[in-house]
Amino acid sequence: MNSRLINWFKFSSPASFYPLAGKMVPVFTLIAVMLIGVGLYMSFFVAPTDYKQGEGYRIIFVHVPAAWLSMFIYLVMAFWAALGLVFNTRLSGMMASSLAPTGAMFTFIALWTGAFWGKPMWGTWWVWDARLTSELILLFLYLGFIALQGAIDDSRRSDRAGALLILVGVVNIPIIHYSVKWWNTLHQGASVSVTQGSSMSSIMLWTMLIMALGFWAYAIAVALSRVRSIILERERDTTWVSELAEVRR
Amino acid sequence: MFEAYLAILKRDLILAVRRRSDVFTTLFFFVIVVSLFPLGIGPELKTLRLIAPGVVWVAALLASMLALERLFAVDYADGTLEQMLLAPQPLSVLVLGKVTAHWLITGLPLVLMAPLLGLQYDLSIEALKVLLISLLLGTPALSLIGAIGAALTLGLRGGGVLVSLLVLPLCIPVLIFGAGAVEASVSGLGEVGHLYMLGAIVLLALLLAPLATSAALRVSAE
Repeated sequence: MNSRLINWFKFSSPASFYPLAGKMVPVFTLIAVMLIGVGLYMSFFVAPTDYKQGEGYRIIFVHVPAAWLSMFIYLVMAFWAALGLVFNTRLSGMMASSLAPTGAMFTFIALWTGAFWGKPMWGTWWVWDARLTSELILLFLYLGFIALQGAIDDSRRSDRAGALLILVGVVNIPIIHYSVKWWNTLHQGASVSVTQGSSMSSIMLWTMLIMALGFWAYAIAVALSRVRSIILERERDTTWVSELAEVRR
Repeated sequence: MFEAYLAILKRDLILAVRRRSDVFTTLFFFVIVVSLFPLGIGPELKTLRLIAPGVVWVAALLASMLALERLFAVDYADGTLEQMLLAPQPLSVLVLGKVTAHWLITGLPLVLMAPLLGLQYDLSIEALKVLLISLLLGTPALSLIGAIGAALTLGLRGGGVLVSLLVLPLCIPVLIFGAGAVEASVSGLGEVGHLYMLGAIVLLALLLAPLATSAALRVSAE
């Protein structure tokens, strides 16, 4: 009956995941460096100047992928959190906590580049637009998760508490998103909605996709190397860690 | 099951009556925060009328955060919480009883006090009515959502600050629709839509928050 080629649960053990992650980190680092290099070259030299927004629009190639990643990473964290609560695997909690700083960083980059974009385009660093506000709240959710995990010393409790917090946040994110959207449109006209979707040329779209994939590979590489550190820290008393070549040295 | 709910409710209310200072701390915090804004902004009635819904709602949000820390802490300290975890009745029902009591002690006085503070901000009778209804619908949601945070941070160092950090972002929809209802009523747009949304949030919170809180309590009291 059971004819799976790979036994996925084998890698839910930190001892077998640690070497696998070690092999995956250089691969994804290479992919990230190449894609981000190509993407940056394309965004600076290949993509044409926008006739309306001038050269300043090139921020989009960092801004939009970072914003995508910020939301995507939260969903991935929620996936790991749910998995950890259901199957009670230790690795899931470690994955969730290793992703959080990267997610927070991308959220911050999205907000920061958005401010740099907003100043020349809208004439202001910040507006209480629905998207900006939801992104800001997302940053608060990340920071809350990191703060909660930092405050709990017991790793098992911190994993489970963090997982619960993420899942509550996931339920709340659509509510927050729509409430912010309606709140904004009820009281303020659509003065700040930039509609570039239809007018975007395919070369710009490709550049953005390449950058997004590069950021994605970067997030994987960083999260995996961070999870390796977390594994080492939490499993430091076990035999398999003491037998590792890099620990013995 | 319902008896357990009532028993917890009665017990918590009796405890609160024995220690009245806790109730008044929250209430006075609310009053003071609301009274600070005219001092900071200036006594111009036109401005005050404009910011009144937001100020009252933000103050209510902060006051309910202040009270959250005590929601489970005392029971955790004296071991009652462990008995609740072991009780045959579902934990979420007991949690709901505790949250109801918590709202009656800290939320309801705040709701009743709000129209008086609204008068200081020169709100019309109509707006005061909407303020009262929106707070009546919204503060239970604040207590319910806050209970999750209180359960997660149970017994941690710096729990009081941490619980605000966790819960405040989750409470933003309540704030938006609560203050939005009053603003919509003042500007003549009609407050019904906002109040319906608040009602929906309360129902959703009533359904999910006790479950999440009991799961968090099990994690914290392990």
